[in-house]
Amino acid sequence: MNANIHGSNLILKTVLEVRDLTVSYGKVEALSNANIKVGEGQIVTVIGPNGAGKTTMLSAIMGLLESRGKVDFDGTIEGVPVVERMVARGMNLVPEKRELFGEMTVEDNLVLGAFQRHRSGHRDHAQTMEEVYQLFPRLKERRSQLAGTLSGGERQMLAVGRALMAKPKLLMLDEPSLGLAPLIVREIFRIISELRRRGVSILLVEQNARAALQVADYAYVLETGEIAMEGPARQLADDPRVIEAYLGLGGKHQEMLST
Amino acid sequence: MDFQIAMLLGQDGITNGAIYALLALALVLVFAVTRVIFIPQGEFVSYGALTLVMIQAGAIPATVWLLLGAGLLAAALDVRLALRAGQPGRLVRLLGWYVAYPLALVALLYTLPVKDFPMAAQILFALAVVVPMGPLMYRLIYQPIAAAPVLVLLIVSVAVHVAMVGLGLLFFGAEGSRTPPFSEARFEMGPVMVSGQTIWVVVSSLVLIVALYQFFERTLYGKALRATAINRVGARLMGISPALAGRLTFFLAALIGALSGVLIAPITTIYYDTGFLIGLKGFVAAIVGGLASYPMAAAGALLVGLLEAFSSFWASAHKEVIVFTLIIPVLLWRSLRGRHVEEEE
Repeated sequence: MNANIHGSNLILKTVLEVRDLTVSYGKVEALSNANIKVGEGQIVTVIGPNGAGKTTMLSAIMGLLESRGKVDFDGTIEGVPVVERMVARGMNLVPEKRELFGEMTVEDNLVLGAFQRHRSGHRDHAQTMEEVYQLFPRLKERRSQLAGTLSGGERQMLAVGRALMAKPKLLMLDEPSLGLAPLIVREIFRIISELRRRGVSILLVEQNARAALQVADYAYVLETGEIAMEGPARQLADDPRVIEAYLGLGGKHQEMLST
Repeated sequence: MDFQIAMLLGQDGITNGAIYALLALALVLVFAVTRVIFIPQGEFVSYGALTLVMIQAGAIPATVWLLLGAGLLAAALDVRLALRAGQPGRLVRLLGWYVAYPLALVALLYTLPVKDFPMAAQILFALAVVVPMGPLMYRLIYQPIAAAPVLVLLIVSVAVHVAMVGLGLLFFGAEGSRTPPFSEARFEMGPVMVSGQTIWVVVSSLVLIVALYQFFERTLYGKALRATAINRVGARLMGISPALAGRLTFFLAALIGALSGVLIAPITTIYYDTGFLIGLKGFVAAIVGGLASYPMAAAGALLVGLLEAFSSFWASAHKEVIVFTLIIPVLLWRSLRGRHVEEEE
């Protein structure tokens, strides 16, 4: 089962396998027995409405929230993930709130992205930074500016760039398009596809279902803390229930923007 | 008051102000990174100074036993954790730092004629004994309650302070001591005589402040500490663990405290509980900076130093009262301004 993931014909290695992940806030279960899988080099998306538990799920996988269940990342099972350990093992989260270091320069933010790599003896952050600058030329222009003075799109680019500085095996993106202008959203999704081309596996949480389904290989629909549907992204995009709930009709304009 | 006395008092004020500035910086740093209001900061001053006194007297400084005890305790905790997490590779490093290092220090202090060493070497020994207590204190006391509210951390800080003063009395006795000055030189600057020790204090403080600035601006670990102060969650997502940041911060705080003690030991008599008052004045300076701004804290420290010096001339019985009263207008001003900001938001 590990080898042949998501029924595709390609033989893929699993990077992340989450089994029966449950998160409770007090007595309320925000996430119940979620099972998801991400194969190497894949983009997997989790879509769903506000408050469905998407952010909760990412936070729990990363270890920011306490959870029950099993997180099998890169071949090792973590009973209770601890953030710093997950980062050291190659998992990176770009949170919804970006969590940038506002009073520090763009360049310092990026340098800190490589902190864990530097600690474990990889002193190649100058080269990685060049790669990030290639991906986001805008960041290079703003390198000595304080992160707090950037525009929304630039902040998102910096948050993604900072995560890439750690050269992650798995990049988890929480609502990367949130609060951004349509053209910037398009740019962000272009970069997400570009990252896959470079071999980064991505777990993408999105409310912008149309754009997410277009870029992803496989998708899950999360509703009120439970996985309601799953399937290859193309298939889900044609599913009438998904169309009705998340895509709507006649979204030609949006479709154009999200390609 | 004539000009000469004013110059003398000014010199006194600047010397003390330099020390308060160092302590204020340490307090701001500790609060920004760990949210701990570090009352025991002053204890490192007296521990540093009195450990040096014991070394110079040819005794084994009692603080080294505290270091060993704390090290053993931390080793017991962390070795258990490492075994449970299945990382036996960390054991060697843990035992090395927590147990082997204090033991080696004890062995060196017993075998070497440290009493006859040059003063610089004696100071290094004193720092080697006192400074590691900082990170150990974080590991044993603050790390287990790192997520607690600021108030709880403050209460714990008071408890640690009281415990350290008590241990200080046990280690060093009730007698006060002084150390010989670093240099006997005296300089004539116009009508005023400036002692070599004053210059040592001011120059060392400046060097330390510049070094700290460089550390925070240029090095990865310095940036990591700043990042933790700015955004804790963001820092964790970069793999900067709060425990690492806390230990590093407490290391710096202990270093600053112990070094301050060593610097002022030739100027004032240090008792086992002197550090508290010195630390409190650093705290007043830090409050001037709102526990957030380093330059404001340094300016506040200079103000506290000068105020203390001049009030000791005019109203020496009330000099502490005058210095600590400074907090009231500062807090008033801060809270009035603070409300204004809230309204704006």
